This record gives sequence, structure tokens and C-alpha cells, in this order.
Amino acid sequence: MKITVEEEKCCGAGQCVLIAPEVFDQRDDDGIVILLDAAPAEDQHEQVREAAAVCPAACIHLDDNA
Amino acid sequence: MTAVRSVLVVGASAAGLTTAEALRRKGFTGTLTLLGAERELPYDRPPLSKQVLSGAWEPERAQLRSTQALAALDAEFVLGDPAVGFDADSREVTTASGRTLTADAVVIATGVTARTLPDQRGVRGTHVVRNLEDAAALRADLLSARRVVVIGDGVLGAETAATARQMGLDVTLVGPQAAPMTEQLGPLVAGHLADLHLRNGVELRGGVLLDALHTQGGAVTGLRLSDGTELEADVVVTAVGCVPATDWLGNSGLNLDNGVVCDAHCRAAPGVWAVGDVARWHHQGLGRPVRLENRTNASEQGLVVAADILGNGKPYLPVPYFWTDQFDVKLQVHGIASPVAQAEVVEGDPVDGRFVVRLEGPLGPECVLGWNMPKQARVQRADLVDYYTRPRQPVTP
Ligand SMILES: Cc1cc2nc3c(=O)[nH]c(=O)nc-3n(C[C@H](O)[C@H](O)[C@H](O)COP(=O)(O)OP(=O)(O)OC[C@H]3O[C@@H](n4cnc5c(N)ncnc54)[C@H](O)[C@@H]3O)c2cc1C
Ligand code: SF4
Repeated sequence: MKITVEEEKCCGAGQCVLIAPEVFDQRDDDGIVILLDAAPAEDQHEQVREAAAVCPAACIHLDDNA
Repeated sequence: MTAVRSVLVVGASAAGLTTAEALRRKGFTGTLTLLGAERELPYDRPPLSKQVLSGAWEPERAQLRSTQALAALDAEFVLGDPAVGFDADSREVTTASGRTLTADAVVIATGVTARTLPDQRGVRGTHVVRNLEDAAALRADLLSARRVVVIGDGVLGAETAATARQMGLDVTLVGPQAAPMTEQLGPLVAGHLADLHLRNGVELRGGVLLDALHTQGGAVTGLRLSDGTELEADVVVTAVGCVPATDWLGNSGLNLDNGVVCDAHCRAAPGVWAVGDVARWHHQGLGRPVRLENRTNASEQGLVVAADILGNGKPYLPVPYFWTDQFDVKLQVHGIASPVAQAEVVEGDPVDGRFVVRLEGPLGPECVLGWNMPKQARVQRADLVDYYTRPRQPVTP
């Protein structure tokens, strides 16, 4: 799994961090998403999928073939 | 319950699409159909009053998912064909073009429609902002306008006023409250929001309503407020709230009361669920029915409904959340501000333009608001979880 995020779309909601804190964080100054791990281990995939589904800016993209 | 082999989602936007995607992700392999009134592929609404209105984004950028991602969903999209009737017993949906669709599970995700004022029907230069089409029409008018009046001082009115002002127009924001968004933010933060608008040159008219629109040759030229003030305007935007899109459910047998009434699992009837802006479900944490009109609710509720359809449901107990962007401020609101709550700045300082406010109610902290501090507000949200998720007995009045 390979994760990309569109920073310009991110609204700083932080839903991703609530769901998958090992993969996502937020910048202190403006809350924009920080991708901690672009290719997380298998045991994180479920949470990452949920984060991508819940992200209210639809800015987390997943590539399962990578 | 026998296994669900087909799901029909009515309303192909944030809530409907999230539900469909979650069904597939959770292993649903049956037939999946999404029926939508609009012709466009599913798109997101928050950018409509922000980047799409300002022109920072082309409208296509608001599309929720890429065409490939939608194809991978293996769902049939029936677009541009609104549902006009429903029977909850047979779970049969009829559409404007005469189709009849049915499924083992039907998900109602038709959202809300913008309220309009009787005066504005058919008057050129008057607008609402709900759909992509609305945003495009408003933008086109704003580009050649000088003076715009926004009626309605809730989230959408305040945000639209800010965007129009940033496009260089003279903007007046009109509404019944002392400060914009007082209901959603509480008086302290709403006061800061009023200052922000004033600093940026928006004229605020609080404590008033629209009395009459003035028109000439079918186009708006101005308006009179309830206090007798006359305002000139080339464009008038009304943001006076929304009504659940339930007209098509009139004879359905479902319980309709300010939305589709659902239980704690968002079930409206056997085999029928509601999700997103249209759903009024029993929030067990708050002990009362709740209907939320915000973007995160659309997705989070979609996940819960998908799980419930597949037999792994649980009560839906969100900490409500929305954000709004106005001028250089990103506002984050976790929880619901009640009028009696006490506000306290718990981090940062309003003087520096960055702070977090906590609203304390009789039962503990109920709302956290971030002003240019999204991350810090999200961290403080942890203190609200208990308030919203501990099942409570209904409060007897
Ligand atoms: C301009 C604007 C800005 C916003 N900004 C924010 C923000 O900053 N933050 C935030 O949290 N929230 C914001 N929101 C709210 C957020 O967009 C909504 O909560 C969200 O769109 C709800 O999703 P939904 O799928 O439930 O409903 P909708 O998005 O309303 O989708 C319902 C869909 O159902 C379709 N439909 C209706 N009737 C029928 C029918 N009879 N048959 C078939 N289809 C039908 C509609 O055409 C529509 O496509 C904003 C909303 C608007 C309009
Ligand atoms: S959930 Fe989406 S919008 Fe919110 S911080 Fe994460 S990436 Fe950004």
C-alpha cells in the first residue's frame, strides 16, 4: 500500500490522526496533515483505509498495487 | 436476518458514496446501485463556498473520487434521475424517468435543499449555495457585481460573505443574531468572528431580518431590512437554512420529522437506513434525536450504516465536528455549543490570532473551538469523548 495526501486540499480536520495515529500527524502551526509513513505495515492498512474514507476533504489517496 | 445481496443508495454525494465504498471495503460483493438527482459525478460541497466560489479551483477539483476509483467500486451509477416515490414495505423506489428500483437494503442519502425566501423566486441576481450549479451561477454574477448582500448569519452565510469580500466586492452580512454564528460558536468566539469580518471590511447588520426585496425588470436592485434600513445590491445571497430532501418520501410510510427519523443504528424501517444531512437519528450519548449538517458526519455515519447493513452495526455516537475557513482563519468546532455553556480560552491567545476555547456545560466540557489551531483543538477534543459517547437516559423535560 502506498499513501499520498493532497496537502492543498487538507482542511486540518485531524480525523485521520484520530483513526491512524501511527501513520498521520498534523503540523503544529496550521494543522495540515503530515504523512508519517507512506508505506505502512499490513497491520495498519485497515485503519488507513478508514481514515481515507472519513477524511472530509477527500485528500488521502491509496494505491494498493504499489 | 438473511444476508443482504443488493443495496440501493439514493443520493450520490458524500454520505451515499461513503456508505457504498465502505460496503465494498467490508467485503460486500452483491449488487450496488447509486441513484442521484444530479448529473455530475459525486462532488464535495465544502469547496463550493470556498475555493470554487473564489475561483481558486476549477469545479472539477471538487469531484470526490477519481473516475478510476469510482469504476473500481463496481457499482451502477444512475445519475440525473431523482427518486420521486418510495414504499418502505416493498423497498421500491420510483424515479422521475419512470424507473423502478428495489434492493434488500435501501439507504436514504438525499441530503438537504436550500431554503429560499418567497420573495426571491424567479428574481435575477438572487442566489443560494447548495449545488455546483448554484456556485457557478453565483460566481458568474459576482464577477460583474459591485455590491452583494448576504442574508443569513450561520456558517454558510458568514463563509460566503468572507469569500465574496476576498473577491473584492462590497459585502454586507445580515442576520438575526448579535454576531454571526453565535448559535454555533457561543458569544465569545462569535464576537471574534464579527471583529474578523469588520477588520476585513464586511459590513455587519445584526439583529435584523429581510423585510422586502427591491427589483427592477426582474432583477434585484436592493432590499429593505426589518429596521427600515435600505441597502443597494447587485447580488443577494440567501443562506437561511436548509430543509431535509424528503419530498419523495411523502407516501413511503417512513416517519418524517425534520429529516428521516431513525433509531440509534440509523435504521428508519426494516431494510431501510438513512445517512448524512437527511438523517435524524437517536444519538444515545446525548439521549435525544440529532440531525447534523456537516461533512464529517456524512462520512462517519456512512461507515456505521455500511457496517449495520452487513450485520456488524453499533449505535452511532459521534462527537460532532465541522470546520469553516473565513479570511485567514480556520475555525474548528468539536462538539455542540449550548447557549448556557461557559467559555474559556485554554490555549493560545486571541491577541495573537491563535487560540482554543473550551465551552463548559452543566455536565462538563461539551465543545472545543480552535481559531487557527486545528491540531491543538483536535488534541483537546479528547476531553469531549466521554460526554458524547456515554449512553445517557433521555432527559425528561
Ligand atoms: C456550500 C457549502 C459549504 C459547506 N461547507 C462545509 C464545511 O466547511 N464544513 C463542514 O463540515 N460541512 C460543510 N458543508 C456541509 C456538507 O457539505 C454536508 O454536510 C454534506 O454535503 C452532506 O452530505 P450528504 O451526502 O448527506 O448530502 P448532500 O451533499 O446534500 O447530497 C445529497 C445528494 O442527494 C441528491 N438528491 C436529493 N434528492 C434526491 C432524490 N429525490 N433522488 C436522488 N437523489 C437526490 C442530491 O442531488 C445530492 O447530490 C457545506 C455545505 C455547503 C452546501
Ligand atoms: S482527515 Fe483529511 S483533511 Fe483532516 S487532517 Fe487528515 S488529511 Fe487533512
